[in-house]
Amino acid sequence: MSGEVQAAAVLGGLAESEQSELSARGRRSNGPTRQGRIGLGSWLLPTYTILAFVFLLIPIVYTFVFSFNDSVKSNIAWRGFTFDKWLNVCNVEGGAVCEAFANSVIIGVVATIIATTLGTMIAIALVRYRFRARSVISLLLFLPMATPEVVLGAGLAAQFLAVGVPKDMTTIILAHTMFCISFVVVTVKARVASLDPALEEAGRDLYGSPAQVFWRVTFPLLTPGIVAAALLSFALSFDDFIITNFNSGSVSTFPKYVYISASRGIPAEANVIASAVFLFALVLVIGAQVSRAARAKRLAKLG
Amino acid sequence: MAVREFAERGADLELVGIQKRFPGFTAIENLDLTIPAGSFFALLGPSGCGKTTTLRLVAGLEEPTQGRILIGGKDVTSTRSHERPVNTVFQSYALFPHMSIIENVAFGLKRRRIGDPLGKAHEALRLVELDHLAQRRPQQLSGGQQQRVALARAIVNRPALLLLDEPLGALDLKLRRQMQLELKTIQEEVGLTFLHVTHDQEEAMTMADTVAVMNKGAIEQMGAPAELYDLPKTAFVANFLGQSNLFSGEVAGSTDTAIAVDAGGARLVVPKARAHRHNGAVTVGVRPEKVSLHVEAPVPSSERNVLGPGRVLDVSFSGVSTQYLVDVPGHGTILVFAQNTGSGPSVGVGAEVWASWLVEHGFGLDDGAVEVERFAADDSTTSIAAQRRDDLVAELGEG
Amino acid sequence: MAFAAFATAEAQPQAPRKSSRIALFLLLPGILYLVLFFLTPLVSLLLTSLQAPLEYGDIGQYQYAFNWQNYVDVMTAYWPHILRSFGYALAATVFALLFSYPLAYFIGVKARRWPLLQSLMLVLVIAPFFISFLLRTLAWKQILSDESFVITSLKALSLLGPDAHFTGTPFAVIFGLTYNFIPFMTLPLYTALERLDLRYLEAGSDLYANPFTVFRKITVPLSMPGIVAGTLLTFIPAAGDYVNASRDFLGGPDTQMMGNVIEANFLVLLNYPAAAALSIILMAAILVLVGVYVKRSGTEDLL
Repeated sequence: MSGEVQAAAVLGGLAESEQSELSARGRRSNGPTRQGRIGLGSWLLPTYTILAFVFLLIPIVYTFVFSFNDSVKSNIAWRGFTFDKWLNVCNVEGGAVCEAFANSVIIGVVATIIATTLGTMIAIALVRYRFRARSVISLLLFLPMATPEVVLGAGLAAQFLAVGVPKDMTTIILAHTMFCISFVVVTVKARVASLDPALEEAGRDLYGSPAQVFWRVTFPLLTPGIVAAALLSFALSFDDFIITNFNSGSVSTFPKYVYISASRGIPAEANVIASAVFLFALVLVIGAQVSRAARAKRLAKLG
Repeated sequence: MAVREFAERGADLELVGIQKRFPGFTAIENLDLTIPAGSFFALLGPSGCGKTTTLRLVAGLEEPTQGRILIGGKDVTSTRSHERPVNTVFQSYALFPHMSIIENVAFGLKRRRIGDPLGKAHEALRLVELDHLAQRRPQQLSGGQQQRVALARAIVNRPALLLLDEPLGALDLKLRRQMQLELKTIQEEVGLTFLHVTHDQEEAMTMADTVAVMNKGAIEQMGAPAELYDLPKTAFVANFLGQSNLFSGEVAGSTDTAIAVDAGGARLVVPKARAHRHNGAVTVGVRPEKVSLHVEAPVPSSERNVLGPGRVLDVSFSGVSTQYLVDVPGHGTILVFAQNTGSGPSVGVGAEVWASWLVEHGFGLDDGAVEVERFAADDSTTSIAAQRRDDLVAELGEG
Repeated sequence: MAFAAFATAEAQPQAPRKSSRIALFLLLPGILYLVLFFLTPLVSLLLTSLQAPLEYGDIGQYQYAFNWQNYVDVMTAYWPHILRSFGYALAATVFALLFSYPLAYFIGVKARRWPLLQSLMLVLVIAPFFISFLLRTLAWKQILSDESFVITSLKALSLLGPDAHFTGTPFAVIFGLTYNFIPFMTLPLYTALERLDLRYLEAGSDLYANPFTVFRKITVPLSMPGIVAGTLLTFIPAAGDYVNASRDFLGGPDTQMMGNVIEANFLVLLNYPAAAALSIILMAAILVLVGVYVKRSGTEDLL
């Protein structure tokens, strides 16, 4: 699911290796430089692009604006501007929003740590070692991504039911880890495959023990891929509702809170939390992008 | 779209006052060029001289900033690429990876709704001897085979004008020779007008009827290959097309048929018919293979120009010939190619020698006095290294 | 393209290493995890789907059986939901493709000369990921509600009948599905188009193809891997989605999809066998459709 991998690359701002940056540069400079004849196409496509982005961003802007709404209970009609909701996020409904948000963060962090560890190990094994069960394992990794979430959720719930495990925070974490692993494998694998095995050989040649070679050569080189995978994993877990809904029991997460409140009206505090998360992620990603662009420029200068 | 006819024969190409500017630099400054129908024309120049831009302008892939392009007398300046009777063999071949070889070759015919596209495509593949690979994908072919497919894909359309963008650049020497021959044969068989862009002087000279040497966005000299080689007009041509020994000086005297140039104290005679200028500061030259070496001072004669004595700096043996570098005080380094026929003297490094050549082998440039480039750079590894480094530094500066 | 990500590393000839014990150590934890929390649940789901109610049992109590009748029952009861799911998902996939292709083309091809702009536009494409998709969907519900500015204006202009609704209609559900999965379509398309070598387009134009033919015969086939990946990434989750079609979001009583009935049967009616049978039907149908689609589009090598 390169869509997700791409998202991870953008999220991490790091996943693309330097080599690929250079080759991208080469491709760019070799490409035709034709400016395009004056015609419909020269303004139609940029105009469309702008409109498309406006469309994509409308609900985000709406959510952000309504986080400042001086609403009483449900947040539907505009009742005036206020900062109150930002300043007193946790004061509504006895802090239910904040509790759900905290749960989401905890679940996201734990699931990410487990999924990233397990997924990275699989990715390294898949690229660096040959074994017979390869295609079976590839299929096993691919299937969770090709299965609708509702099936994954119902399946796990049926399993927990059959075994008699009560649904709580643990079951949510187990579920999230499961669907994150495949995405981690795909993301990290792209990075492992782009690594030159000669670097590890050089490490061995220079008297590094296998463990030293791994921790001093392989792992640092993989870090950008792992970071991107972890960010993707956290984003997937944090925003997941469908699988969570089947396996959460009475535990609330932020998306579940929104779903349940939808029938009686979402308080503006939910908008505050979503907007804050959005701004935080945006700053993180744009910062990474800009620093990457600066690094590429520096690299270009060095030649 | 009506069924279109093939261009039955090649057409003239005329470029009038072409200028092409890109943001930041000018690729072509005022270019005028006429290529007669049916000729094999080579545009020769170093990378960045504007030759590929010229080709792309003719193909319609770029628009000139100024000037007009005429094909067969028809103004096509504002005609879009797909409506021009022109086909290109791209440097990268650009064979469509998602189509089989036969689909690639038939692509243009199908677009023009020409009858029996597959039959004609097979015929074109037979011409390049690749019909047995018709069902393969481009990725399954070798570089040389891909090149031939690219050629078949272009000529099957019988364009009035066929453009070749360094198509042999990626091939090894043997395949190149083979392809050069094939191109030449095809050109003679089909009688199209060929415009060939290359930086390889040997390729240009062996294949083209007419070669235009291009430098810095303008054509320096144009003519038959032998003519260009024999009588280069500028120092750039003299050294881009083969190598030359060049000497700058003042015209010191002239007769009805020849001029005498005082170059660093030596008197060099050049026939007037072979000199582009007859007075003032001039540069004269001679090709290295026209120069003979002598171990004793030759008897002065009105038929030969003599320089020397000098000292042999370097001897490199290359089988059929031996290359000598001779340092002649006051004239710099002279390059001499001696055929190893067994008749010339065999001298070693440090020997004292004289160099001479027949008056009718010399030539006079149109340039006036020039900073004569010397070849010493080729022979010492330190200078090669220094030059490489300078090139790299320059390249990095651009990036 | 997930499939591509798995395939590329396969194709890379890497020196085979012998130490299969290390490979086993790396693979085992992750694979065991997937077997335990992905494969076994699927088996549980299959077993649950064949269960029969416990004799003299409470609601929600079932015993293992071989009750094929469950499948017949859910097919009879829910065939409109099954058809709707695939119909809506198909429509959303087509709309998302039409929306995304020009956008991805602009980012991946036209914007190549400005790498920073290119990466900022990519950030904008994935920006919706940063805000809870439930809130985004609710935002649309509010923006397009019957009392909203948009709908009242359309009614005032007589573009909509006085009694027309938007929310609660199939259009609204398809609209929501399209909106929510656009990034999943745009990113793989972008990846494919970014790699598109423009020299092929020039060659096409040189061979008498007009711009439209160049697009149809060269650009589209060369971006096929992106189209296949994007359509799968949109279609699969859209077919299983139940948020957009839910009554509290963009749907109404007549727009319920398979996801909604699976959720209702599992979590509300506690009719686990029906939910499981529906899940199995959904998954099987998707696997068959995906298989046929991938085969027909000539991109089997992606798998």
